[in-house]
Amino acid sequence: MSAVMKPLRNIGIIGYGAYIPVYRLPATEISELWRDGQDNLFLPVKQKSVPGKDEDTITMSIEAAQNALKRAQIDATKIRAIWIGSESHPYAVKPSGTVVAQVLGIVPDILSADMEFACKAGTEAMQAASAFVGSGMGDYALAIGMDTAQGRPGDALEYTAAAGGAAYIIGPAEESLAILEGSYSFVTDTPDFFRRAYQHYPEHGNRFTGDPAYFKHITGSVTKLLEGLNLEPSDFAAAVFHQPNSKFPQKIAKQLGFTSEQIKHGLLAPYIGNTYAGASPLGLTDVLDYSKPGDRVLIASFGSGAGSDAFSFIVTDKIKDAVKRAPLTQDYIGRSIKIDYSRYARWRKKINR
Amino acid sequence: MDIPRYWRLKDQRYRLQGKKCLDCGNLSFPPRLVCPKCKSRNYEKYFFIGKGTVYSHTTIYQAPDRFDHIAPYSVGLIDLEEGVRITAQFTDVPAEELKIGMKVEMVIRQIYEDGPKGPILYGYKFRPVISV
Ligand SMILES: [Zn+2]
Repeated sequence: MSAVMKPLRNIGIIGYGAYIPVYRLPATEISELWRDGQDNLFLPVKQKSVPGKDEDTITMSIEAAQNALKRAQIDATKIRAIWIGSESHPYAVKPSGTVVAQVLGIVPDILSADMEFACKAGTEAMQAASAFVGSGMGDYALAIGMDTAQGRPGDALEYTAAAGGAAYIIGPAEESLAILEGSYSFVTDTPDFFRRAYQHYPEHGNRFTGDPAYFKHITGSVTKLLEGLNLEPSDFAAAVFHQPNSKFPQKIAKQLGFTSEQIKHGLLAPYIGNTYAGASPLGLTDVLDYSKPGDRVLIASFGSGAGSDAFSFIVTDKIKDAVKRAPLTQDYIGRSIKIDYSRYARWRKKINR
Repeated sequence: MDIPRYWRLKDQRYRLQGKKCLDCGNLSFPPRLVCPKCKSRNYEKYFFIGKGTVYSHTTIYQAPDRFDHIAPYSVGLIDLEEGVRITAQFTDVPAEELKIGMKVEMVIRQIYEDGPKGPILYGYKFRPVISV
């Protein structure tokens, strides 16, 4: 079998930051409008986060990155790469990363690109940043997973398509609050979910999104990572899985041998929905907020199309001070302004004057 | 949108870049060519921290075309911690919750989109403080 991925130089996370918009749309609003509440007992999430009228993947990435910088406490101009993974970049052509870098004051000596791999674009950026720092091309790189996902009105995905994400500053292991032990990426051509150019909403393969897509790919990346590192699920203090709804991450955790205790932090979908490329990176911020030095933590993304990236990190004593320097992920989850479907429809440009 | 102007002013809009007079220490935003206090032309860039208090506020219901998609919205005067008063939009706060003296912080948001084909203008707005 192929070996676990690990850069030559030891690297890790030196700063992380979350962002979730303040607005929430209860799933019952969608259920009442489209199904007269007939599915009220089977809703995939309780509510989802909705971006404000003036928010997008760029503005949300800025706040997450600012939080990551507060925790990293480095000279920000030493960041030499910025990658933003998203399926909702505001421009079709014009990088999100350059705007974010300009706002952060880390231009012009920097490399920047936007990444796209459905819900796995954020961990894809983390892989690239790990390789970049791990090879010595630069000491620090910024990887962001962020989305303002859209579901077609009345579609099953409308319940969950949400907004939020996280930023990670990858740097040398000596400065890290969590050191990378290894990663594993697992990809096949799977048409479970896609959006063609110029289309506003994605198409999905209904039941096809489960076993051959989500479960197969996460099982692939996690199993091979654990085999390669010679680890058991019980070696981990916590695990985060991509969360398109409340059920899938709990089911995959159980299938792979993780307990509900191990996934209690970072399981955010019930409260904010599916933040797509932001989902597993955001879950990891919540896990880090509650972690202790010595904890081993697993993160496994899933992106349609399809693939999964799995990482194992070991938390260091630097976590203690770092956590306090920026708002906790639960602070963002806790602040909440409920909106109704009509406001949601206007803000998300589903209706226009 | 005047793209050259947008590009030229980006650090003001993105980072509250003003000026600090090297002769008397006076801070200005937007940056001025001549110090309003001592008439000096010696200055350096100064980036305001972006925290302050609400000095006054009002809510706009009949908005100019480019802001129509976000109306109603609130605007006001903010006293920055460094002692400079600026004008800005507020965001993420219902009009009835906005109060004089409220502590606010800068965030970067979309200011407006120049139609469906044009550029998106980003810049500072202020919201109630949540950061630590
Ligand atoms: Zn002066």
